[in-house]
Amino acid sequence: MAQLLNGESIQSIDGKARIFVCMGGGCVSSGAEEILKLLTQKIRRLETAVELEILGEQVNFDSDSAHPSGCDGFCDQGPLIRIDPPGLIYTRVTPEDVDQIVEMTVKQGQVIEELCYHDPEGKVYELDEELPFYCNQKKLALASCGRINPESFSDYRRLGGYQALEKVLTEMSPEDVWREIRVSGLRGRGGAGFPTGLKWKHCYEQQADQKYIIANCDEGDPGAFMDRNLMEGDPYRIIEGMIIGAYATGASQGYVYIRIEYPLAIKRVKKTIAKLREKGYLGKNILDSGFAFDLSIRRGAGAFVCGEETALIHSVEGRRGMPRPRPPYPTVSGLWGKPTVINNVETFANIPTIISRGADWFASIGPKTSPGTKVFALAGDVVNTGLVEIPMGITLKEVVEEIGGGVAGGKKLKAVQTGGPAGGCIPAEELDIKIDFDSLAVKGSIMGSGGMIVLDEDTCMVDLAKYFIQFSRDESCGKCTPCREGNTRLLEILERITRGAGKENDIYLLRRLAEVQQQTSLCGLGKSAPNPVLSTLDYFEDEYKKHIFDRECPAGACRYLVTYEIDEEACIGCGACKRVCPVDCISGASRKPHLIDQETCIKCGQCYEVCNFAAVRR
Amino acid sequence: MNRDYSLSSEIVQSLQDFSEKNRPESYLIPALQMVQESYGFLSREHLDEVALLLRVPYAKVTGVASFYHFFNFKPSGENEIVICTGTACHVRGAGAVLDRFLEELQVKLEQPTEDGRFSVTDARCVGACAQAPVVIIGEKVYSKVTPDDVPEILSEYGFEADS
Repeated sequence: MAQLLNGESIQSIDGKARIFVCMGGGCVSSGAEEILKLLTQKIRRLETAVELEILGEQVNFDSDSAHPSGCDGFCDQGPLIRIDPPGLIYTRVTPEDVDQIVEMTVKQGQVIEELCYHDPEGKVYELDEELPFYCNQKKLALASCGRINPESFSDYRRLGGYQALEKVLTEMSPEDVWREIRVSGLRGRGGAGFPTGLKWKHCYEQQADQKYIIANCDEGDPGAFMDRNLMEGDPYRIIEGMIIGAYATGASQGYVYIRIEYPLAIKRVKKTIAKLREKGYLGKNILDSGFAFDLSIRRGAGAFVCGEETALIHSVEGRRGMPRPRPPYPTVSGLWGKPTVINNVETFANIPTIISRGADWFASIGPKTSPGTKVFALAGDVVNTGLVEIPMGITLKEVVEEIGGGVAGGKKLKAVQTGGPAGGCIPAEELDIKIDFDSLAVKGSIMGSGGMIVLDEDTCMVDLAKYFIQFSRDESCGKCTPCREGNTRLLEILERITRGAGKENDIYLLRRLAEVQQQTSLCGLGKSAPNPVLSTLDYFEDEYKKHIFDRECPAGACRYLVTYEIDEEACIGCGACKRVCPVDCISGASRKPHLIDQETCIKCGQCYEVCNFAAVRR
Repeated sequence: MNRDYSLSSEIVQSLQDFSEKNRPESYLIPALQMVQESYGFLSREHLDEVALLLRVPYAKVTGVASFYHFFNFKPSGENEIVICTGTACHVRGAGAVLDRFLEELQVKLEQPTEDGRFSVTDARCVGACAQAPVVIIGEKVYSKVTPDDVPEILSEYGFEADS
């Protein structure tokens, strides 16, 4: 049974049904741990196995059927419970629901409609394959995330795990492996999109007494949680990909570099490594093939720039994480001067599937130049926030509207930000563009590692650009002048624009400075840091002009540029605004229109929030 | 949390183990992480001891420690309130939540309250973007926090506003 490696949907791991409680970050923060505890207690008490039908599917439960899983992706609707088979999804489960789930669904096969997902029109969805959030996705890297107990080696094994590694070790030479990956067209999922097979080939061709392979799980992009969930939800797959990579390149030592902010991912990888050593998949003579490879963990210490490969290498060496000029590339001279391959976690997650299904199959998914799928962390002002994996080549619109369910709160979509601080904003009218490495770049954004933030009409684009530049300014390592000074000056200009002190030629200055910084910075961080400024200038220059020339913030987000006024017609004099005002600047008799004293007003916006009659205008 | 700032014998032992490994200087970051995790911050004495035990120059130790955000050089409050300011949290209003915490506790960022019970700090994305804005206190994660939730969250930790 090699379902997992075939990229097909999983039905049953061992012929028995499983009740998974999602333990992704989102579900845990809304109380999933308590639910798992209660459910496990109840299910353990099942004395005999139950065999029944749920939604037309034969299902068996026994006292061992409750399991934790990694992130299932539908974070907005958490805590989630999934019953596989038939793929029944319960949303927003509370500890009080557990009794009913066991009594009705597990013991009688009945679906509890109230716990199923209801779309905004009230339509009920029982199965994942019908749910718009799931059915428009294509899961390869995430195939078993949320559908497997991430700490169970035997579950991953039963689904076909480590068959790809066995195939590689018994039937393929290292050259065969990197050729296969090259033919598949897989490009690095960390953001830059360098062909993985080519990177492996370069490392393979180096003569050296020692080579290294590193998994980059230093997911520093604000607004991104793909690597975290992959590591937490399916660590065995990633490590399998890594061992295959080590074999293909000739590396005998590997490092998993994980952010220290991800303690659960670190714990899982530790357990995974220990288990694999015990089972003979890591060590001096892996599966009696003579191939030796072992892994260690290095925890990041909170430096965004360490996502850059030469900076990451310095960090592993115990130094300040500052990049150095390339060439030489790490595949020639990397960790301690030895040939080193660094790949993103999601890249490794694709490897076992490519080996099992073949390069041609993988290459047939999506556009020729960017085959496969991409995982995105969908967040911001969108209804269905969560973790999604889509085939390359579908449009941004499909992701936001069909999978994401559109903008939250009935507001208007303004733009979609991809690629984090290195990326850009795609405005609402351009959402028909296809998602692949090249199309996004044409529109001034980048694929990036997979952050996708949906922005509604209340987002000020100047403020957003300022936010990202502030981030890049803080994260600049300070080694090269264009990035160190450039970000500081860009921020100064943006600061004054959002404070209502913008100068006439600021737009010109921003562009000029941004372009110089792009061309002259040492590493990817500095080169790409101005992207948010340039892309918002390209699409939303009018908004900048409003700030500079009219001293207005159309989105009402820049505090210094907003004035709050009370509409005399609409105000009924209820006094709600007067009571919340922290500086007592609102006056007016009861049942008479109120007035805000603009001199004293600190623009906190509390009156605006509290007014039930839309009488406070900004 | 241990409030005695000299390194415990266990940590000293681990540092000695590091120093005997191949390329001991590459264990500098793990060593500093270990100290920070047990004491909540790195004191001058800590840095000195790490330098001595790993046989790495003091200047290099401080250079590395000051480069990474994870390390801090002042003790934080007993309850450290971490406000995520990642992109999703930012666009969903984390700034206002952060301001409200500072206002309620009447402190500045990363400056503990006078009784040392609370401190407020901002964090890079914690990867819980679907729950934005997110606040973390100890192991507890608060999701979709609004400024109005702040007094209630603080009261869970026994904080009462004066007014």
